[in-house]
Amino acid sequence: MSISDAGAPVDTGDGTSRALLQLTDVVKYFTVRQGLLAATHTVHAVDGITLNIFEGETLGVVGESGCGKSTLARVVVGLLRPDSGSVELGGTDIHAGDSDAASARRKLQMVFQDPAGSLNPRLSVLDSVAEPLHARGMRRTDDRVFEALDLVGLKAEYAHRLPHQLSGGQQQRACIARALISEARVVVHDEAVSALDISLQAQVLNLLRDLQDRLGLTYVFISHDLATVQTISTRIAVMYLGKVVELSPARRFHERPLHPYSVALRSAVPVPHPAVERARARILLRGDVPSPLAPPSGCRFNTRCPLAQDICREAEPPLTEHAPGQWAACHFAGRFDRTLSAIREQPHDGTAS
Amino acid sequence: MTSQPLLRVRDLETRFYADFGVVRAVDGVSFDVHPGETLGLVGESGSGKSVTAMSILRLVGSPGRIVAGSIELEGVDLLGLDAEEMRRVRGGQISTVFQNPMTALNPALRIGWQLDEAHLAHHRDGTKSAAREKAIEMLRSVGIAEAETRAESYPHEYSGGMRQRIVIAMGMMNNPKLIIADEPTTALDVTIQAQVIDLLKRLIADHDMALILITHNMGVVANMCDRVAVMYAGQIVEEAPVDKLFDDPRHPYTWALLRSLPSIETRGERLPAIPGFPPDMTNPPEGCRFRPRCPFAEDVCEEPPPLVMLDDGTKSRCWIAQRGETFADRDDRLLHRDKPA
Repeated sequence: MSISDAGAPVDTGDGTSRALLQLTDVVKYFTVRQGLLAATHTVHAVDGITLNIFEGETLGVVGESGCGKSTLARVVVGLLRPDSGSVELGGTDIHAGDSDAASARRKLQMVFQDPAGSLNPRLSVLDSVAEPLHARGMRRTDDRVFEALDLVGLKAEYAHRLPHQLSGGQQQRACIARALISEARVVVHDEAVSALDISLQAQVLNLLRDLQDRLGLTYVFISHDLATVQTISTRIAVMYLGKVVELSPARRFHERPLHPYSVALRSAVPVPHPAVERARARILLRGDVPSPLAPPSGCRFNTRCPLAQDICREAEPPLTEHAPGQWAACHFAGRFDRTLSAIREQPHDGTAS
Repeated sequence: MTSQPLLRVRDLETRFYADFGVVRAVDGVSFDVHPGETLGLVGESGSGKSVTAMSILRLVGSPGRIVAGSIELEGVDLLGLDAEEMRRVRGGQISTVFQNPMTALNPALRIGWQLDEAHLAHHRDGTKSAAREKAIEMLRSVGIAEAETRAESYPHEYSGGMRQRIVIAMGMMNNPKLIIADEPTTALDVTIQAQVIDLLKRLIADHDMALILITHNMGVVANMCDRVAVMYAGQIVEEAPVDKLFDDPRHPYTWALLRSLPSIETRGERLPAIPGFPPDMTNPPEGCRFRPRCPFAEDVCEEPPPLVMLDDGTKSRCWIAQRGETFADRDDRLLHRDKPA
């Protein structure tokens, strides 16, 4: 399991050091039954994650499908109750079930990937954005909705339109307005720009940055797209099969990622420079991500890791601090630079094992 | 490119006759694909890139219709073929790989059966055993281990990346000359995407096939394409060799698109963004279609520009580029950075 002080207060480089949101050893499993009479299996979606999220920062979470990043998002905003462990906002356990927990949860909001799917097609933008106020028993005040729409750059004339009368980018702005209207302090973005076209992605990312500056928001930005995460994040957490395998300040992550999976992930992303693409050797990981139903023993990455040794199959490496603020869960973290560059030179057929 | 083009598309127009109006999805598109070449067709959603691909395959369904143009494959106009002749082209000389492998495979049939069918549909006198032999060979070539056994599995027994390999194997069954791949790696995780890109590149080189790669991912374009056509609002706005396009874009849309990509260099900064939204294709803007969003627009842009070959070999649909101006050194502060619209 993770070390309890993983992600302890560090200087993130932006002068933010007070932990606003604290995740302590969060575990979330799902039980599934495959086939009618078959035995039940357990999906290890989130398997012991300890993280501190600091006021005003953007924590980027990257990983491939099935790594547990969306489950983590839902646990953080209170949509899912963890099996064990806790999520605390400013010291209040958001899953405690009392009125303090309810008011803490209100400060945690979420923006989803598919804006069309997260807006009621029969409600106008005005009604959708007003819903969080309504849910709190507040008398609906249109003024506040127009204020929120203005904040996200939607003109007042859009307030009376239905979702299908808006473009994807405008719909996502409406979703952001809805997340902000109940005075959110932490907004969790789960693939919030992934469905948007490139030109609109840039607009929405800029908007998120503006809102963060203006309102002092804290973001958890979850995405499979490493380039986007690297642009917007202060710190980056890399997830693999329910675990955080690396947690680093974004600058350090760019200069020198510590975990072999982080290195491979970065290497897999094609960059928009033809000459660079032709020149570089890529680290191709073999095979697929193992099933979270039966994660490998020892280090979960050992089945695909180009550097795996016997110890990696036997002992699970804890998440430990290798450089100031830079944590990794690897027996050979930061000690593999030479080995990896040797692997890069090898021809690789890219086929699965 | 002195060779005869494999595919020659000229003045293609495809429209959708919807209740709310006529959508001019593809509005006068012309391009060539040469043997063995990879042409990237890039653009945002609604730019007409997928409809162009579906038009080449003549798979545009009602209320859509190809209203003008020609599509010649090795000199034969596909628009003049009858249904049976066209059926032989699809999966024969031209095959496809789509974004979601699960929808390209029948979930109720073993994958070996589905691959056999691809052979038998094009070999009327073919035998089951010949078909299976070919299927096993193709599964091996896309890196499926123990192909004989795995051919008896159903699609759901494979992972997403493996399913896409199977779809690629199926496309290869009849030694096509051209593969049309529409966002083939978009639904895959990045480490799997890298594997599939590698596989596609190897197969294309080994079998000397041409590829039309439709994608919005400029990284994938940089990695795979020889030449790129950029589409905006139903038209090709720029066409250039891949290095040329990225180094010296000759259309403001291409320039702005490349500038707005998130990258490590832009960490912590505002991204240059293209202002506004893509046009409504029932009523595209008069004149140059990019004019309402273009930072360089002038009075002359009220006239629609033609797609013209420039001195450097790039084709551009921009009046400003056509009088010799370049954009690579322009200040991207011209783009929308301060306050999102």
